[in-house]
Amino acid sequence: MSSNTNRRVLPGFRLSLSFTLVYLAVLVVIPLVGCFVKAGSLTWSEFRHAVWTERTRSAYELSFGASLTAAAISVALGLLIAWVLVRYEFPLKRLFDSLVDLPFALPTAVAGLVYSSLYAPNGWLGRFLVPLGIHLAYSRPAIVLVMVFIGFPFVVRAVEPVLESIDAELEEAAAVLGANRWQTFRRVLLPSLLPPLVTGFALSFARALGEYGSVVFVSGNMPMQTEIAPVLIVARLEEFKYAEATAIAVVLLLASFTLLVMINWLEKRSRRWDY
Amino acid sequence: MGNAMSARVSRQDPWYVRWTLTSAALIVLILLVVVPVAAVFIQALADGIATYWNNLFNDGDTRHSILLTLAVAPTSVALNLIFGLAAAWAISRFRFTGRTALLTLIDTPFSISPVVAGLLFVLIFGQLGYLGPWLRDQGIHILFSPPGLVIATTFVTLPFIARELIPVMEAIGPDEELAAVSLGASGWQMFWNVTVPNIRWGLLYGIILCNARAMGEFGAVSVVSGHISGQTDTMPLWVEKAFQEFNLPGAFAVASVLTLLAVATLLLKVSIERRARPQLAEAKQMSESAGAE
Repeated sequence: MSSNTNRRVLPGFRLSLSFTLVYLAVLVVIPLVGCFVKAGSLTWSEFRHAVWTERTRSAYELSFGASLTAAAISVALGLLIAWVLVRYEFPLKRLFDSLVDLPFALPTAVAGLVYSSLYAPNGWLGRFLVPLGIHLAYSRPAIVLVMVFIGFPFVVRAVEPVLESIDAELEEAAAVLGANRWQTFRRVLLPSLLPPLVTGFALSFARALGEYGSVVFVSGNMPMQTEIAPVLIVARLEEFKYAEATAIAVVLLLASFTLLVMINWLEKRSRRWDY
Repeated sequence: MGNAMSARVSRQDPWYVRWTLTSAALIVLILLVVVPVAAVFIQALADGIATYWNNLFNDGDTRHSILLTLAVAPTSVALNLIFGLAAAWAISRFRFTGRTALLTLIDTPFSISPVVAGLLFVLIFGQLGYLGPWLRDQGIHILFSPPGLVIATTFVTLPFIARELIPVMEAIGPDEELAAVSLGASGWQMFWNVTVPNIRWGLLYGIILCNARAMGEFGAVSVVSGHISGQTDTMPLWVEKAFQEFNLPGAFAVASVLTLLAVATLLLKVSIERRARPQLAEAKQMSESAGAE
């Protein structure tokens, strides 16, 4: 109602909307369409040969497997950190709270560089871990580790506000009715925390799936072993096999769009359990 | 009062639970975040300040990578700033069909792998791309040159400022702008004197986050840059090249500059949050009470 008034009174509707549309068309829509058209220029069997070889399959498996593992670990660690930051008092709490945002701000190349040097056999931590048989550089666990680094802040930042807003009376009622703390957590708190945990999981999974910068430093990029899908795209591009690179990119694009739709659906579905 | 006391106790975990969880969380944060950041600076300064300085400023290619990043990132931020303002104005002040679809479209770059983002522009501007042959005939270089870097960076950081501004402008509401216009202000007068001062913290916040990502962008830029030393290597790309050439002191020197930037970004973010919180809370409260009336 009032918005109709705005359109009549406030200036700039046409200018701002047309600029927005042109900008998005040039930078986002046309390039995306171009990518799908390029992939469409392949015949079905060419497309299949590009996206479904032994090497690409193992890259997808690694990309999806590592991202899922990392997102699951991020959920556990993120919940722990959010819980402690919201519920407990301890020295330097605000400093630790801001440190959670650091992975958002730190360039991925820096994260990759420093993680690979920390966990290398002669690194600060690798020197103790490698003799124990724990290889956190140039291995699959190394990929999961950097994905956790870039993913866990999403979970913390999704859970924190919900944890803060949970009504104290719910927990009190549970306690009065004889539930112990663990029962209260599982039966009362966890259901309300489910929506932000799902959101956090999906966001960190999506981020991990597309991650390139930090992974190329720590993985060693061995075909069939530690080569993730984005690295494979770069490899194909360097061989000037544009169409094949595009075909793999389309698979990744479809995966992330499906994910986006699923996130929205899950968020809506889990919101029903709020009350 | 007795009630309040027992209520508080019922929400309180036993000391050993608190102690265990807090130490576990802090150990995770220290291992994941604090140790790596400390390691960047310690490794960069391992051979003394003089060597560090040498690594940073006495190498032509390193110097060039720093300057290139300092040119590319602000250009992308400026483009996305204009876009963010336009998009936020259209979306927060007007209702039109396709508004939700537009919001989703603005978010898409976040869900696209940076490498795929780079690929999109290779397909357009590359030698074998849609515009490649025509551009070559015109003598215009986009791929493997700074304009390509700007385009890829702009794509990846496109949502930052718009996403920051839309909720802020929704929360503040159009009342003051309506008043200004009804008192005879022109569109630009209203924009500069009412809108911009109102959203200044959100604007600054968006610019800082956008800039941090723009300076650190790796995947998309790596695909379109061509990795020409002294020409198209930005700081993050130079870090990778030094790493691959086993020039670790050089890699860590540049990485330390990028890390300083990230830390500065965080400090600014915290200080803006502290200042903007009362303003935003007030705006939100006002819009809520207005809605209740």
